[in-house]
Amino acid sequence: MNKPLLNIKNLKTSFRIKNDYYAAVDNVTLSVNQNEILAIVGESGSGKSALAFSIMGLHNKLRTKVEGEIIYKGNNIANVSPRKLNKLRGSELGMIFQDPLTALNPLMTVGEQIVETLILHSKMSKTERKKRVIQLLNQVGIPRPEYTFEQFPHELSGGMRQRVVIAMAIACKPTLLIADEPTTALDVTIQSQILDLIKKLKLELNSGIILITHDLGVVAEMADRVAVMYAGQIVEIADVYTLFASPTHPYTRSLLNSVPSTNEESGRLHVIEGIVPSLQMLRREGCRFKDRIPWVDESAHEKHPELHEIKPGHFVRCTCYKEFSFPNKLEEEQKYGTS
Amino acid sequence: MALLEVKDLKVHFPVKGGLLPRVLGHIKAVDGVNLTIEQGQTYGLVGESGSGKTTTGRAIIGLNKITSGQVLFEGQDITGMKKSKGIDYRRDIQMVFQDPYSSLNPKKRVADIVAEPLRNFERLGRDEEKRKVQELMKKVGLSPDSILKYPHEFSGGQRQRIGIARAIALKPKLIIADEPVSALDVSVQAQVLNFMQDIQKELNLTYLFISHDLGIIKHMCDHIGIMYKGRYVEQGTTEEIFHNPQHIYTKRLLSAIPDIDPKQRATQAEFRKQVKEEYDQHYDRYFDEEGLAYPLQPVSKTHLVALPGEVE
Repeated sequence: MNKPLLNIKNLKTSFRIKNDYYAAVDNVTLSVNQNEILAIVGESGSGKSALAFSIMGLHNKLRTKVEGEIIYKGNNIANVSPRKLNKLRGSELGMIFQDPLTALNPLMTVGEQIVETLILHSKMSKTERKKRVIQLLNQVGIPRPEYTFEQFPHELSGGMRQRVVIAMAIACKPTLLIADEPTTALDVTIQSQILDLIKKLKLELNSGIILITHDLGVVAEMADRVAVMYAGQIVEIADVYTLFASPTHPYTRSLLNSVPSTNEESGRLHVIEGIVPSLQMLRREGCRFKDRIPWVDESAHEKHPELHEIKPGHFVRCTCYKEFSFPNKLEEEQKYGTS
Repeated sequence: MALLEVKDLKVHFPVKGGLLPRVLGHIKAVDGVNLTIEQGQTYGLVGESGSGKTTTGRAIIGLNKITSGQVLFEGQDITGMKKSKGIDYRRDIQMVFQDPYSSLNPKKRVADIVAEPLRNFERLGRDEEKRKVQELMKKVGLSPDSILKYPHEFSGGQRQRIGIARAIALKPKLIIADEPVSALDVSVQAQVLNFMQDIQKELNLTYLFISHDLGIIKHMCDHIGIMYKGRYVEQGTTEEIFHNPQHIYTKRLLSAIPDIDPKQRATQAEFRKQVKEEYDQHYDRYFDEEGLAYPLQPVSKTHLVALPGEVE
């Protein structure tokens, strides 16, 4: 029924810091199907944006090494020439960036910027293009598209700008859309509109969507499958119902426990000890989450943690989940990581 | 007596234009806000961007000029107060800013950042000041040895705690926290929120908590005010707002929060659609010709809703 659209195999993205390469994405294997929303969750520094940038080929080649395979529709697009990639980017691969103000050119009107993608990737005439852009702006819910067409990014509010970025990403009806924190900067009411729009896109275009976010509420509403990333690795992957009903990896459980929710009574929030290790400090052997759950016995962790399939389609890294529980006493003590 | 009372606060910004910069009109950022906060409580101010919640906070602390209305702090009117006279309330009201990356001067050491309010208001010797700063650092859970570091050497959550250390240096009574955790990751968010609750108990602080995240507001606040286009649409206890919302705008805002349980998706979508229909149908009933909220009417002792009808 659903064909895999994108297959990522053993992807490793490393950044150069002082002549050494450090992997920000470390051996990630993932697939995205048509008509599927895959959510990638994790704290900042977990490598989720680095993964997205690798797929789009947006990393600076001088400072970044991308190893492994990214197979899109049967072709490996990792490390192909920018020229080949440019044919895909903007037409078949769309990306919604996190920060709409830096993603837009301040010196071009909104209309010109969206028209630009159409010039590059379609054979429309000038009037057709304008018509299409106005249709797009209408589609993303901009109230006066003809007027906004002539406006500059600085004249628009944050929510409006984000819609423009989305309009640009979907201009050529991409088959794979990567949305990097598309609603983080927005108000809840606009957020729900934008999320509806992304869902509609999935239905209309049958596209695969990678949704990168740290908002677990958004994940619960949108995703079909969820991959949880920590320190460059996927620590848990499952369909959305399984993940929220029986989260298994200690990191997933800690994350879910730290969200203040509107339907639960307020108590103390769970705090994950310590911080996400920086690239250089990261210990690359053993369980990477070990330092943040120090009360779990050393023997619970694997030497070389693998993803284990505990139920069909539900993968969890390392064996420490079997022994893990929240220590209430430790939580009360409130240890803070001091630097 | 309430710690803070705001009466009919208005903040209007002039719009200038034309050949010679003339005032063409006004933007009514805050248009008649009333609120009361009791000592030791947390009051949540909610609204979308542009609703005037930040302007309200900034006007209370004196960062925005007040057009009309009164701000009473411990019963004293602090609106028209001259700087020289108002100096006392300035140490009693402190602010925690939204962005921990831009609210700390990158060229100053943490010791100087945290000591700045002390230097402004208290004459301390060098050793005494250092001891005090170290004490504050300990209080916010940072190592006292790190006072000679610069802000960039800290993580986001740690920086926000430095911001809080600066805010509590003078033992204020009221802290205005403007989206204090919006820029932080969920796990760090939890850390800062827990910490703010601890320190509230310890120092008997009062918070005016400004946020657009309703989950956080529910977690933190005792009373909530909901703003829309510079006016209040609803005000009440957390219980009243979340379980018995009266105004259509409040309902819409609440329905837009993503549910953390994926099994509720269909119900949630249906509910949202209903509220949206209700919103579109009855918009005229809840807002006047200019699309602004009506004056507040009491529904219960603590619950006020902006409904049309006779005033008073």
